Amino acid sequence: MSALLGIAGLSIRYDSRDVLRALSLEVARGEIVALMGPSGVGKTTALRAVAALQPFDAGRIVVDGFALEPGPVPPESGLTPLRRRVGLVFQGHALFAHLTALDNVTLALRHVLGQTRDSAEALATKLLASLDVGARADAWPSQLSGGEAQRVAIARALAPDPHLLLMDEPTAALDPARRSALGATLRGLCEQGRGLLVATHDAEFARAHADRVVLLTA
Amino acid sequence: MIAARTLGVTGLALCLSTTLGAQGASRRELVWGGDAEGGAPFVEADPANPSRVRGFDVEVAERIARGLGGEGRTARFVQVQWSNLDQSVERGDFTLGLSGVEDTPVRRTRHAVTIPYFEFREVLAVRPEDAGRIHGLADLRGRRVATLGATIAYDLLVAARDSTGLIPLSYDDDVHPYADLVRGRVDAVLLDHIIAQRALRRSGGPGGAFVIVAQPVALGYYVGVLARADSALRDSVDAVLREAMRDGSLEQIFRRWDVWDPSQGALFDRVLRTDRAPKAAGAARAISAIAYLPSLAGAAGVTALVSLLSMMLAVIVGLGLASSRVYGPVWLRVATTVYIELIRGTPLLLQLFVIYYGLAGVVRLPAFLAAVLALGLNYAAYEAEIYRGALEAVPRPQLEAARTLGLSELQILRLVRGPQALRFALAPMTNDFVALLKDSSLVSVITVVELTKETAIYATNVGSWVVPGALCAIVYLAMSLPLARLARRLERRWGGRAA
Repeated sequence: MSALLGIAGLSIRYDSRDVLRALSLEVARGEIVALMGPSGVGKTTALRAVAALQPFDAGRIVVDGFALEPGPVPPESGLTPLRRRVGLVFQGHALFAHLTALDNVTLALRHVLGQTRDSAEALATKLLASLDVGARADAWPSQLSGGEAQRVAIARALAPDPHLLLMDEPTAALDPARRSALGATLRGLCEQGRGLLVATHDAEFARAHADRVVLLTA
Repeated sequence: MIAARTLGVTGLALCLSTTLGAQGASRRELVWGGDAEGGAPFVEADPANPSRVRGFDVEVAERIARGLGGEGRTARFVQVQWSNLDQSVERGDFTLGLSGVEDTPVRRTRHAVTIPYFEFREVLAVRPEDAGRIHGLADLRGRRVATLGATIAYDLLVAARDSTGLIPLSYDDDVHPYADLVRGRVDAVLLDHIIAQRALRRSGGPGGAFVIVAQPVALGYYVGVLARADSALRDSVDAVLREAMRDGSLEQIFRRWDVWDPSQGALFDRVLRTDRAPKAAGAARAISAIAYLPSLAGAAGVTALVSLLSMMLAVIVGLGLASSRVYGPVWLRVATTVYIELIRGTPLLLQLFVIYYGLAGVVRLPAFLAAVLALGLNYAAYEAEIYRGALEAVPRPQLEAARTLGLSELQILRLVRGPQALRFALAPMTNDFVALLKDSSLVSVITVVELTKETAIYATNVGSWVVPGALCAIVYLAMSLPLARLARRLERRWGGRAA
């Protein structure tokens, strides 16, 4: 398996405090890697650094050939290749409150990838259906349950067809049945050739669904 | 006729004396009301002692006070805005109003009015190059003619509007009409000859920036005004005035203030020969509410248009300012912050004066445009802060989610941040629009006659604020309530989508 994501010696400091110290890991295509550790250990920070939302002080991040270097986050104009390769599902889902579930998913298809409304909606409808929320396409985010909102957020992140999907605490608001269903969904995404890096403190979920676990310690 | 909003200092004592009013007067005092903002020669703060007033009306009041009762009284001055003299005297704020108060039929009907003690001429002032062809109102077809609002002169201009086609312009003071005549903003000014001569002296005297047309447009009289219930005291005041006309003391007062002319002697003769006062000038009767409605509707249209255009300007400029504060480089953020704080920290009235009069040397803005600019630029500062707050209220994770999807900053603003910020801003924006609707009444100080000004003119005409005030309030509510309702409907519609 070739590494889709390579993190080597990633270090981040806040106010002279080490948030992450020399983190190294790899995620291969078709692989689910769980990033575990207690709260505050830097799991979310690591994901944000990979998604170029967070500067880092030392180390190197390479996503499918695109490298991020230490220092300030590059301007968005220089991040287009990364944006095409990486999708991020936020812990609170961060759905756009003024758009329906369907419009949340079509936004990038229409305005970043330049698809027509019809083709974007066809693809988004298919994505939502594959995640078992097709019936909720016209609902506003405020009308969705936690599980539904999470699956819409996954569909939105998958819409540009990224190779690497980052997920932050995906099981935080799910009951056991939903956790199991989510695991199956993620496995399906892997089988399509994607790599997944999942930050979680849910050991049971990691044990059941991850291929590998990277443990961060304080 | 007095209402100049010059920057003369009237002194704290003048203000304090207002609060005491006639109720606090002893029997040995005559409390009289006037407007020291009007300045000399009527009533002005004494330059040597700003807590005292001087002027021919001051001396007339003192002469009247001395002549009342057996041993006479002392006169105590109360500062009152000129346009409120009638209402204040009926409230009992003072006993006698004297400040270039015009003798009109409406005033005689509603209050106890003294005999006339001074005859004034309504005279036209024009620029020197027009002196050869403007001799009266009939020569002013299609021209802009300025005067002080709620006066006989204003009534004359309104009456002439239909017959001659001139355009009357109402001012809140008697200084700026002449300044605007010199600047070319208006073509003529119609006011009392005392005021015209004073303005001429200030502008450099005869051969100066304007000339006074020799032929007066009308004659009028200054009187004292008392509460309707004080007719007995009014008769006593009349007796003192007649005595002052006979013994020459009134003439001496007018000579001291350089306002004596032969017509005053003729007036005294007429007054002393007959018990009846000369016929009052001006409108023969108060305008009925129904007759007033078209003017009210027109003024409401001006208020709506000024408010709408100002709000549009405020929204556009406010969006620019807010974007600069949120997205701009440091120097731009500092510049916009300075603008916002400067505008919010200074009165709108001052900004109106600066834009209309202050900039007149550089750019001579039409009054309506100046009003829209001043209101729009003022409210833009408040809108900017609303929009900035609304932009910053959009949850950061949503902006980051948009970024990870590959949207540019501009796309994020247009597709994600802007639409949600608009929803947050809607309620405060509506509040601001309603406030602007009401603040638009301030533009009357730069001659734009809007709803409140028209109402004030009508209220002065009828001598009461009850009906005009009620009508005015109804029109304001008719404009503001639907706005609030629309905002609530939009909020409900968008609120259902909120996360």
